[in-house]
Amino acid sequence: MVVAYGAVEALKGVSLEIPSGDVVAVLGANGAGKTTLLKVISGLMSIKSGSVRLMGEDLSKFPPHKLAGLGMAHIPEGRKVFATLSVEENLNLGAWGVRKQLNARQIQETKEWIFTLFPILKTRRKQLAGTLSGGEQQMLAIGRGLICKPKILLLDEPSLGLAPILVQEIFKVIRKIHEEEKVSILLVEQNARKALSIANHGYILETGKIVINGPAAELKENEHVKAAYLGGAKLQTG
Amino acid sequence: MQLLLEQLTNGLTIGSFYALVAMGYSMVYGVMKLINFAHGDFFTLGSYLGYAILVFGSGWVTRTFGIWGGIVVAIVGAMVGLGIGGLITERVAYRPVYKAGRLPLVVSALGASIFISNGIMAIWSPRFQAYPQTSIPTGSLLLFGDVHITYIKLVTIGICWGLMALIYYIVEKTLFGSAVRATALDRDTATLMGINFRTIILFVFSVGPALGALAGVFAGLNYSRIIFTMGWGYGLKAFTATIMGGIGNIPGAMIGGILLGILEALFEGFVSGQWKNVFVFVILIIILIVRPTGLIGEKVAEKV
Repeated sequence: MVVAYGAVEALKGVSLEIPSGDVVAVLGANGAGKTTLLKVISGLMSIKSGSVRLMGEDLSKFPPHKLAGLGMAHIPEGRKVFATLSVEENLNLGAWGVRKQLNARQIQETKEWIFTLFPILKTRRKQLAGTLSGGEQQMLAIGRGLICKPKILLLDEPSLGLAPILVQEIFKVIRKIHEEEKVSILLVEQNARKALSIANHGYILETGKIVINGPAAELKENEHVKAAYLGGAKLQTG
Repeated sequence: MQLLLEQLTNGLTIGSFYALVAMGYSMVYGVMKLINFAHGDFFTLGSYLGYAILVFGSGWVTRTFGIWGGIVVAIVGAMVGLGIGGLITERVAYRPVYKAGRLPLVVSALGASIFISNGIMAIWSPRFQAYPQTSIPTGSLLLFGDVHITYIKLVTIGICWGLMALIYYIVEKTLFGSAVRATALDRDTATLMGINFRTIILFVFSVGPALGALAGVFAGLNYSRIIFTMGWGYGLKAFTATIMGGIGNIPGAMIGGILLGILEALFEGFVSGQWKNVFVFVILIIILIVRPTGLIGEKVAEKV
């Protein structure tokens, strides 16, 4: 579905593919280039060479603000909710890119569906987004991404800075979105265990290069992945 | 009592001008993080355009459309003219230097300011010009006792406040307005929502100067005399109002402007006209010490 091949400074010859309807995880340490990769895909950063394609269509000919209308939603690292706007205004803006494709009723229906995924957003919908807790802000960021009915969701570190119980809840919803709505998901995570538990396929990104890639089940058994990302390294003795 | 009411209406009038100009400052600052130094000169240019329309063919507009009709034509003409003028300024003076950073942008804004005010001087001469008396409505409304308010003041306050309310509604209550505010908060994330930054820039650079032009025409109608340097003083006061209210937000600019106008007029009426500017800036300093983010500063702290 999407092929990215980049040559930005932070990324050197990265090539990855997201089959339609799959969850693909990109794992890597801080500074490996994960966020850069997502910014390249959603057009916030331009690439020196290579291309990003969505269902065969080269995205470089579109200005970045057109991508939302093409079915791509990018949920940025650190949530980036609009703090001085209300929860509802944040959600409505998520549909800005598709306001000519979907009518008000369809957007309202999607909003209701998001409220069933995250009921807390409904109770807090008049509140300013900046007054929400970190977990609620993450829920709002995901809801804001989903309201445009994306074909592909780019998720940047949804577990960042959240308590384990909230991470559980967020991942439960991500799984649900994937299973029920057949949205393709590109998930960038430091929490490798969680990410691999819902992904079909994984890529390991190290200093701007893909070093390993394979089905999620295989990666979980890979010695290097285990040692570096799953925290399961055996003590080296002798 | 009479003096108090008179100074209050004077304050409301000039406060409306400050508020309109302040809204333009605030909008451009919110989205671009640029103090648009040329904004005061948009006010002057608007005033001169209104003047040019009213003196055209020795009062042709007034003779054809009547005294109130002439004012409407002058206002609409000046606002449309400045809306376009703002877009041209953005295209010529700002867009080429966006990528160079904020400091070159500020220098470019100062350059645009000098260019516009000197252009006005070149066209209309450096002397005072006066709005023609035949184009200014006379008469006043008796409020009570012997307190009058002139019709022109009444209309000034009415139209200025009406337009402020309209802009407030657009920016604070509509989806488009939330897109403007979102762009001001975080341009990259707004782009991810599908908001075109260019559209927002066009909005702030046409509506802001148009509001300044409205204030300019009304300043001419109320005080008659206009001069090419007057944008400096109004611009500085309006900028003060912007800071008082909290820069980057529309309600703050409105409240800051009107409050500043009233305080200034009261001080002028009851204490000293000569010291009113000192008073205004002392107020600014006090507010900055007590509430550095302005009267209506940031509503919430951003959580990470």
